[in-house]
Amino acid sequence: MSALTSVVSAGFEVEKIREDFPVLKQRIHGKPLVYLDSAATAQKPFAVIDAIRRFHEVDCANIHRGVHELSQRSTAAYEETRSKARRFLNARTKNELIFVRGTTEGINLVASSWGRKNVKEGDEIVISALEHHSNIVPWQMLCEEKGAKLRVIPMNDRGELLLEEYEKLLGPRTRMVAVAHVSNALGTINPVRQIVEMAHRAGALALIDGAQAAPHLKIDVQALDADFYAFSGHKVFGPTGIGILYGKARLLNAMPPYQGGGDMIKNVTFEKTTFNDLPYKFEAGTPNIAGGIGLGAAFDYVTRIGLDSIAAYEHELLVYGTEALSRIPGLRIIGTAREKAAVLSFVIEGIHPHDIGTVLDRQGIAVRTGHHCAQPVMDRFRVPATTRASLAFYNTAAEIDALVAGLGKVKEIFS
Amino acid sequence: MTDDLYQEIILDHSKRPRNCHAMDDANRRAEGYNPLCGDKLKLYVKIEDDMVKDVSFVGSGCAISTASASLMTESLKGKSREEALKLLDKFHELLTTDTPVSQELGKLVVFCGVRDYPARVKCATLAWHTLKSALNSTGEPVVSTE
Repeated sequence: MSALTSVVSAGFEVEKIREDFPVLKQRIHGKPLVYLDSAATAQKPFAVIDAIRRFHEVDCANIHRGVHELSQRSTAAYEETRSKARRFLNARTKNELIFVRGTTEGINLVASSWGRKNVKEGDEIVISALEHHSNIVPWQMLCEEKGAKLRVIPMNDRGELLLEEYEKLLGPRTRMVAVAHVSNALGTINPVRQIVEMAHRAGALALIDGAQAAPHLKIDVQALDADFYAFSGHKVFGPTGIGILYGKARLLNAMPPYQGGGDMIKNVTFEKTTFNDLPYKFEAGTPNIAGGIGLGAAFDYVTRIGLDSIAAYEHELLVYGTEALSRIPGLRIIGTAREKAAVLSFVIEGIHPHDIGTVLDRQGIAVRTGHHCAQPVMDRFRVPATTRASLAFYNTAAEIDALVAGLGKVKEIFS
Repeated sequence: MTDDLYQEIILDHSKRPRNCHAMDDANRRAEGYNPLCGDKLKLYVKIEDDMVKDVSFVGSGCAISTASASLMTESLKGKSREEALKLLDKFHELLTTDTPVSQELGKLVVFCGVRDYPARVKCATLAWHTLKSALNSTGEPVVSTE
């Protein structure tokens, strides 16, 4: 607790922050809700809820096409989020930010549009051993279609990627390196700047899956020199169904559209269609307008608290949680990387994660159990599943204590 | 608190599962896999004269799935193929509907609490789905997922 007091006294007012999240103020099965599943989806502050409500109550109209007042307001609010996304990622221009449904669609867009055009038989795509299924399957599908090869960067027992092995995988046939910034199952923060640099040296492009990084770390796509960077709105305290794909303008301009339809065109005749400019070329159809506006409010909210403060507070919480869990006999933490963010994945000898999850739920504690859409990670650590407590800046040391007490009850029942 | 789910008999069968071994002379086998949990189960059945002469299992899973497999093996011995499939239907009804608990289920009624935990129904039914595959098989291993 002492480590935490220093951060709290440095101005991080977690109790005040919790007031912004209405969902946290409820009891589950008669106990106060302890929400430790933010890596699955983060809770939403009033700012986001109100922005979406306001859109539907006051400004609701379709965007980019009406001359009437409501359409102009909607368009302005939606496009404002694109500008906020540019600042959030420090992209060069706002045309490099494409609205997508989420990280998964962002990766699929690149695999589909860039991949189909640029990957040939015998080419290689490099991913890593700690990827979420969403950064495995689109590349696997592409490789299958093209007769290309998928190579996998291995990791050590701590859950850290082996860069010397990665170096060996790179070669003249490597076209793309796609890795997570932060692992969802292990919490490992990958050295993405170095990974991108090594990819570029081999003449390959690099895509970063930022789904688990965006809520916790300050991201600078120019400093990383990432070619593509994707993340989901709902994990950064915004709504579901909206996300951002960043891509370097030069690359996006050279890529064919992902989907055809309205808004992504300049001119359509039955003989020929002229595609729209960036970013609209990749945004066919009426988008998730309310989601986009909600995401803008989420960017504002997170920026106001400050990602540096968030990262510092969460780090203390993670250290506190790691120590507390390590004291439980028979408990093994899966993922002990030296650079780690906000995830406590663990197994307890002789007790299945689903039983742990159910008993914790009855005490009001929400954790995720299962393979976390990362089956190869589970195989690597030779466990069928884990229990994962994932943290956000609205969590407290007292909630970690509740988790520890809850696990005491679990052991009481099953041992 | 969770006593309605983890009743004493369920905990007992999960910690000390009965009929938990492979069977060399089984003439019906099936494998069950629940990709969501990672639970795996191999079921061995010996059918003679259309009767379940013997049944056993091996596998790894949560307390609910292990206890369910264990109690299933106990309740199947001596039943005809038809009776076994009827029991499966009754068991499924117990977990997924609000109908009054059927006394034909015997000890299996301890799983009644699972109906309040929809996410856990698949754990309790894994062994039974595997049984269906085994009984419908010709003796060749088949994979069953829910």
